[in-house]
Amino acid sequence: MHLLDNDNGRDGLRGAPRESADVRMPSMDHLDELEAQSIYIFREAFARLKKLALLWSLGKDSNVMIWLARKAFFGRVPFPALHVDTGKKFPEMYTFRDQYAGEWGLDLKVDYCPPIESIDPTLPPAARSAARKTEGLKLALAKYGFDGLIAGIRRDEEATRAKERVFSPRGTEGGWDVRDQPPEFWDQFNASPPPGAHLRIHPILHWTEADIWAYTKRENIPIIPLYLAKDGKRYRSLGDQDITNPVASTATTIDEILIELDGTKVPERAGRALDHETEDAFERLRVAGYL
Amino acid sequence: MNIAVSPNLATPNGTTRPQVRIVIVGHVDHGKSTLVGRLLHETGSLPDGKLEMLKAVSARRGMPFEWSFLLDALQTERDQGITIDTTQIRFRTKSRDVVLIDAPGHAEFLRNMITGASQADGAVLIIDALEGVRDQTRRHGYLLHLLGIKQVAVVVNKMDRVDFSEARFRDISDEISAHLIDLGVTPSAVIPISARDGDGVAERTDRIGWYKGLTVVEALDALTPARALDELPLRLPVQAIYKFDDRRIVAGRIESGNLRTGDEIVIMPAGKIAKIKSVESWPLTPLSGPQGAGRSTGITLDRELFIERGDVIAHVGAAPRDTRRLRARIFWLHDAPLAVGASVLLRVGTRESRATIVAIEKAVDPGDLQSVAAKAIARNHVGEIDISLAQPIAADPYTDNPRTGRLVIEVNGRIAGGGLVLSVDAGQRAVPVDIVPVESALRPDERSARYRHNGAVLWLTGLPGSGKSTLALALERRLFSRGGSPILLDGDTLRAGLNNDLGFSAQDRSENIRRLAEVAAHLAKNGHIAIVAAVSPALEDRAAARRIADAAFREIYVSTPAEICEQRDPKGHYAKARAGALHGFTGIGNNYQAPGAVELTIDTSQRSVADATDAIERMLAETGILFDEHVDLAANI
Repeated sequence: MHLLDNDNGRDGLRGAPRESADVRMPSMDHLDELEAQSIYIFREAFARLKKLALLWSLGKDSNVMIWLARKAFFGRVPFPALHVDTGKKFPEMYTFRDQYAGEWGLDLKVDYCPPIESIDPTLPPAARSAARKTEGLKLALAKYGFDGLIAGIRRDEEATRAKERVFSPRGTEGGWDVRDQPPEFWDQFNASPPPGAHLRIHPILHWTEADIWAYTKRENIPIIPLYLAKDGKRYRSLGDQDITNPVASTATTIDEILIELDGTKVPERAGRALDHETEDAFERLRVAGYL
Repeated sequence: MNIAVSPNLATPNGTTRPQVRIVIVGHVDHGKSTLVGRLLHETGSLPDGKLEMLKAVSARRGMPFEWSFLLDALQTERDQGITIDTTQIRFRTKSRDVVLIDAPGHAEFLRNMITGASQADGAVLIIDALEGVRDQTRRHGYLLHLLGIKQVAVVVNKMDRVDFSEARFRDISDEISAHLIDLGVTPSAVIPISARDGDGVAERTDRIGWYKGLTVVEALDALTPARALDELPLRLPVQAIYKFDDRRIVAGRIESGNLRTGDEIVIMPAGKIAKIKSVESWPLTPLSGPQGAGRSTGITLDRELFIERGDVIAHVGAAPRDTRRLRARIFWLHDAPLAVGASVLLRVGTRESRATIVAIEKAVDPGDLQSVAAKAIARNHVGEIDISLAQPIAADPYTDNPRTGRLVIEVNGRIAGGGLVLSVDAGQRAVPVDIVPVESALRPDERSARYRHNGAVLWLTGLPGSGKSTLALALERRLFSRGGSPILLDGDTLRAGLNNDLGFSAQDRSENIRRLAEVAAHLAKNGHIAIVAAVSPALEDRAAARRIADAAFREIYVSTPAEICEQRDPKGHYAKARAGALHGFTGIGNNYQAPGAVELTIDTSQRSVADATDAIERMLAETGILFDEHVDLAANI
């Protein structure tokens, strides 16, 4: 064990693609590694849980997730894709859903959230809207009896998500006990939820926003055009129409998005009203069962 | 709250930067979160406005600003002033992308520290300059070693509280270096810092002017990404078999080595051999090039074999050992201590098996490294254990393969501990000291007096159909008629119960024979005549059985010629084997090893059953098992 010198000079060498002379073992790049681990997670979930569903929010992350599921299962998604619909998504998102559910051969289930009037009126507007989604999710869980819900959350999105497990147990009420998460290491996952409880499975937890875009580009995964800049603005994150705002941007291609992300210090969810209402709004929602 | 996202793949010039994963560990309150907050600031990784926002929050709460607020985003954490779980944060140094894993130091949350640290390529171990090396510091050092993390940079924090004393720094540096080197970990740097003020983090300030070594940022820059597993032998733990269409795809992740179409592979633990017919993928398939470690892949084989989740695919000649016995060094995270005799679920790769803790050879509190009473391993302690498995598994010692040489232990469906496989060759380990065999209430000679025979193991070996069972049944009837206590142990009958976990690999056959011999020897010891009818094709296995039963062992070779055995074919096995429906059948494959010298040889094609039974009875009398006279017990007293 010794200290290497600062190897600024070797930076380019290390970063360069392996030469073709290395035919015996083509090395995996960063995206290959992310992909391989996500596939591993998908296959573990499918092997160890009885009734799975994949939550499809139609956004860039869940589209990558479906793509990875197809890789894991050789073109098929062997469990339903569940869209818990608020009815308030952008029209482009519904168009996207209906087109690709067919093209990708998904067993699409659309379930609707209960009316906003049934949700605690003392909550701030965006949190109330999110609570409505949590209710919709709980209703769908109860209706189908899923013991595993695959969700496309990422650690880098938000600090409470950073603390997630890949196989994350939820109580019978859908709640998340941040104080008592099981140990999880060496890709060995806890997959025995108690009766009535379920697991959230997070196959892209270890990805970043930039990874998602780079992979979307590499794999040529279709995207909703709202992510690309129009009139100096684009959406970095797509939620409901009433609680999602575009950010200033000139990025009209994925390459430009990647360059923009490389320079930005604005958080991804900056356009999400929810995250700004109270200091701990997001945490409280997640403890209650929100994604 | 959101921590800066630094893209780690596609930089504008299109190159990929190396990424290293670092865990920060140390005693609670020694300054981990403060160091992380400071590092983010120094490397320009904070989102715009974040610092100002946190300052405002601090002011609103009437608290002095702390760098640790950056991380302790959760309400609960702010309330308690501790970090309760692993947080991952990314930032960039000059030469690489760093994924920082902030591991909580509080002893209660050791499981989270392990969860975080298990994913790291390197570690930063933090020590408070005032408090010095604490139990938790040593515990973390030990766990890093157990998790296989070899690159450790030590920082001695809060130097401002010891007036930047070089002497104090040297003392701590010497103490922790000695501890780590004892564990086989040489620290890559020991750095005096004040995380709060910034000394030693990105800059060597005047206050630590006597220090000429690396800063923390430089030390992180010097850590190397995880090692290549490509060079090790192939290990592909099977996750599942998919049959979504006409392909039967064996899916799993290549943990080490590489594979390609045409490779001859062996499926462990059963030892079945096949060739890789294709490497399947989506959207393009099949793939022609080699697939290396880390890939999640899918293969088809050139023949239909029974394969299941948990099997390990390897290359012929470089396969892992299969075993029912493991020795492991583990850390224990569960509330209830792990005790000898505990029944747990073991996971090695994708294989799970019920397991019993046979022995605890060492239990250590890694805080003070004192061995404690070895009846159980307490929470947050480590130990060396001997594990017996209900199912055979394929595993490697971790020194041979870090990926297939590690295991986790589940209790009530939850991971409760984990560790490294020290050896997979522990089949003949000593009986644990706390097993005390109970002797029979009767002396052997009391039984002998009643039965008019001594205890014995009568071992009938020979090809299937040679007449072993027929002879065994006749002999059982004969011995019983004369007042004896014969007990039949038929190989097939025991396979239906006691041995129903065993297959027909060489290892399983050996184990089958070992168990038969153990049961038979136990009966013999208690004065019965155990009549064993088992093909027992291997000389070595029969020799082992003789060792187990010792002087009570009598071997009878039923030497009926193979053609006649096949003509008889009482169970229809020869016909099935000829038709290719019964693999590994002894008799057709010429894998029966005929004995040399035995107590008796009988060819049932030459003798009647009654004649053969007479011969056996004579042999038993001649070798001191049967006697005609009632023994006068009183004479022995």
